[in-house]
Amino acid sequence: MSEAKQDETTLPDDAPVDLEAELKSSNVQEVLDKLDRELIGLKPVKTRIREIAALLLVDRLRKKFALSSETPTLHMNFTGNPGTGKTTVASRMAEILHRLGYVREGHLVSVTRDDLVGQYIGHTAPKTKEVIKKAMGGVLFIDEAYYLYKPENERDYGAESIEILLQVMENNRDDLVVILAGYKDRMDKFFNSNPGMRSRIAHHVDFPDYSPDELLAIAKLMLAQQNYRFSAEGEKAFAEYIPLRMKMDHFANARSIRNALDRSRLRQANRLFATKGRNLTRNDLITIEAEDIMVSRVFDEPDKK
Amino acid sequence: MMTNPGNRLTQGQFSFLPDLTDEQISAQVKYALKNGWAVSVEYTDDPHPRNTYWEMFGMPMFDLKDPAGILLEINNCRKTFPNHYIRVTAFNSSRGVESPTMSFLVNRPKKEPGFGVSRQEVDGRSIRYTIHSYATDKPEGERY
Repeated sequence: MSEAKQDETTLPDDAPVDLEAELKSSNVQEVLDKLDRELIGLKPVKTRIREIAALLLVDRLRKKFALSSETPTLHMNFTGNPGTGKTTVASRMAEILHRLGYVREGHLVSVTRDDLVGQYIGHTAPKTKEVIKKAMGGVLFIDEAYYLYKPENERDYGAESIEILLQVMENNRDDLVVILAGYKDRMDKFFNSNPGMRSRIAHHVDFPDYSPDELLAIAKLMLAQQNYRFSAEGEKAFAEYIPLRMKMDHFANARSIRNALDRSRLRQANRLFATKGRNLTRNDLITIEAEDIMVSRVFDEPDKK
Repeated sequence: MMTNPGNRLTQGQFSFLPDLTDEQISAQVKYALKNGWAVSVEYTDDPHPRNTYWEMFGMPMFDLKDPAGILLEINNCRKTFPNHYIRVTAFNSSRGVESPTMSFLVNRPKKEPGFGVSRQEVDGRSIRYTIHSYATDKPEGERY
């Protein structure tokens, strides 16, 4: 019976198929466009996502001709400095894979070591399995994955968790996609001590740091999302601020920018509060002025690192 | 008169139908998950209809989105107890309901001996009836 069913859906060898139409029907272009609009920079990441999307689309077309191919492994590893957008991209990834029909539900389960590794013998396996079951049909995102394995402590239960993960990544490839994320050097160390993990992950994507221009664009996007904007001087001041902040310690790319913006919103509110005696307009409420930024500590000690 | 040829246990949903395939089980579980019910797997080797509390195979599974995880547990349970009754239960925890809303068998022993009726004479010539599973003549764990 299944054979007859297959014959019905299989197209003849010379039937033309429309890649364009397939792309449209999956709505994936919409997600990719959104990715382009909302994520500044990240060239290599976007290229890789495009490649994956293309592969899955072509696979779908191949299926129409009954050209079987194994489900591609889509487990991924995101490395990059703090604040380069690893988590954001992971949640987008879930949506893209869902649109392409690779995962059934398209939800993202975001976990860290605490959620996977137990505190005593026999605690780890049920904990890890529970998380895996929750993630089935979607994407399991393990942030700071290198914490899973602590080579200095041989009684650590992280290894047990990794073992279960490896098994599931191999056997339940249709059910879930695992994405690991972490800082580059530590992830490299992690993979060196877990060669099995490295070989099961097909896509290693490195997130580059942002340039000052990109950071400014990100800042403007962030403000727009919260219904704020820079005044012309404000933008200039922020453009000055970025390179200074980048030279300082603990610079975390987009995250630092977000914190800086939060602080300037604080100062803006304070400034508005101080201008008693006149009514505020809508414009006053949404505009971040240069003085809200110039007060920053970063400008005080420019020669200090 | 044989009222139940083959002595198949008829408890819960779908029990008069042929055994559900994994695909059909997935579809049922998906319905339960869609409604936000917690699904659990239970097993027993005492099929008496008044035996309502079966053993739990692991914890009930909350917050799942996809039936694949539950099918995994069902298959684990089948592997551990190939000759027990295994059922899948969906529990609706919303206020005012707070009770199982679905329950169906996903595994049964190869040979089901069925039930016999036993009679007890009480108060003169009155008779009380009860049923008794032939399988429970043997101790737990050796029944099927």
